Amino acid sequence: MFRLEGVKYKNILDIDKLYIPKNKITCILGKSGSGKTTLLKLLNKLISCTQGEIYYNDRLLKKMDSIELRRNVVMLPQVPAIFPGTVKDNLLIGLKFSEKQLVSDKKIFEILNMVHLNKDLTESAENLSGGEKQRLALARVILMEPEVFLLDEPSSALDEDTEQIIIEKLVRYTKKMNQTLIMVTHSKKIAKTFADNIFEIRKGKVINQ
Amino acid sequence: MDNVIDLQIWQMAAAYIFVVVLLFIVRIKGIPREKEILISTLRMTLQLILTGYILVYIFNNSHPLYTILVIGIMEVFAVYNIFKRVKVKLTQKIKEVIAFSMVTGTILSLFYFILVVINLSPWYEPRYFIPIAGMIIGNSMTGISLGVKKLVDGINEQKHLIEAALMLGATPKMAAKPIVDNAFDSAILPTINSMVGMGIVFLPGMMTGQVLSGVSPVIAIKYQIVIMLGVLGSVALTVILFVQLGYKTFFNEEHQLHI
Ligand SMILES: Nc1ncnc2c1ncn2[C@@H]1O[C@H](COP(=O)(O)OP(=O)(O)OP(=O)(O)O)[C@@H](O)[C@H]1O
Ligand SMILES: [Mg+2]
Repeated sequence: MFRLEGVKYKNILDIDKLYIPKNKITCILGKSGSGKTTLLKLLNKLISCTQGEIYYNDRLLKKMDSIELRRNVVMLPQVPAIFPGTVKDNLLIGLKFSEKQLVSDKKIFEILNMVHLNKDLTESAENLSGGEKQRLALARVILMEPEVFLLDEPSSALDEDTEQIIIEKLVRYTKKMNQTLIMVTHSKKIAKTFADNIFEIRKGKVINQ
Repeated sequence: MDNVIDLQIWQMAAAYIFVVVLLFIVRIKGIPREKEILISTLRMTLQLILTGYILVYIFNNSHPLYTILVIGIMEVFAVYNIFKRVKVKLTQKIKEVIAFSMVTGTILSLFYFILVVINLSPWYEPRYFIPIAGMIIGNSMTGISLGVKKLVDGINEQKHLIEAALMLGATPKMAAKPIVDNAFDSAILPTINSMVGMGIVFLPGMMTGQVLSGVSPVIAIKYQIVIMLGVLGSVALTVILFVQLGYKTFFNEEHQLHI
């Protein structure tokens, strides 16, 4: 799905070769400051590499329209973004941004259930707790049904049990939907349990496992 | 206009004494603004004296070139003043957008009001053209200054929300919309507020001047209405131009935010 060749980003990342397979769960591990978020941003084309080439489905990333790419390869930032408005506004804003068809409340509740968030849709999203905001942001990207998820520590604010359950549901869902999941995580346990493919980033370089 | 009271030197001096008293109070209260008050008073005095003499000359020797020259100086001064007034760092690109929006917006509004509304003849008649240009350019300058500050601050403060929107496939326009709208609102609000209070809370400067110099209040009011509409139109136009072009300077061709 993604192929990186000789990719450098400033002096932060230096990836000689990296392949990320389609329809699989890929986990990215690595110490704080090693360059994990930077890598996801490169794949989402939120930033462009200073050297080398990135291919998405054998197409050169730099030749692709950024907005079209981001609508298929959606990124969930490390710090959940909460926009002014209600829970529902926040859930639908991803679909609005990517100009996709809005979904029914039934679909919304199905996804909220998946991330264990039972909140009134009319509640103001700013009042949610840190962990609730994180799950809200996760539900938002799931609703968008992208080809690829780039999730930057999607469960960092959750307790271990909840984390395990939600990630399991997410993994099952993405497999069913034939989606590709690329996830940064600090939990070796999560990576070992769910990933088809794991690699580590150390000081900007990829260490394969 | 023999009913106009020309101010004598001692009357002017009395006005300055008023400011001296104010300075005295400011000093006693320990408010650290003495320097600013002093400097702005001096600047205002010198600028107005100079302007007064220049206007006398231009009014007596009206010529399209003089009018255009005065407008040009006003525009340059206004643009420069915006750069100085907004206490945020401005890139070269956004400075160009400010200058372009300011000049285009004010000149369009000015010519519409001079040529279509007032139907001035000759069009460059400085007695009308220059004060009207001053009102339009001055107010637009204030509006755009507020807009620039709100836009630049907004983008810096909400960087993470803009990036999050981009990550979800938003166009830069969608991602920046709340900030752009907010910048527009805060730029236009003072003009709207001053329109609402007009005639009740205060008499606007131009009308005061006209009435004092013997023009019938009814005529003065008609002019004031026209000028206020011109000011509103010009402020809105310059600020719309600025925000619509300005937010784009924060994004590159790859639709990435770069700050
Ligand atoms: N825009 C930027 N400009 C300069 N340096 C940056 C920028 N963004 C990140 N960095 C630096 O790049 C390095 C990698 O950052 P990155 O956010 O990718 O780390 P990370 O692996 O995601 O860490 P964490 O686990 O703490 O989230 C860090 O040293 C960081 O300070
Ligand atoms: Mg990170």
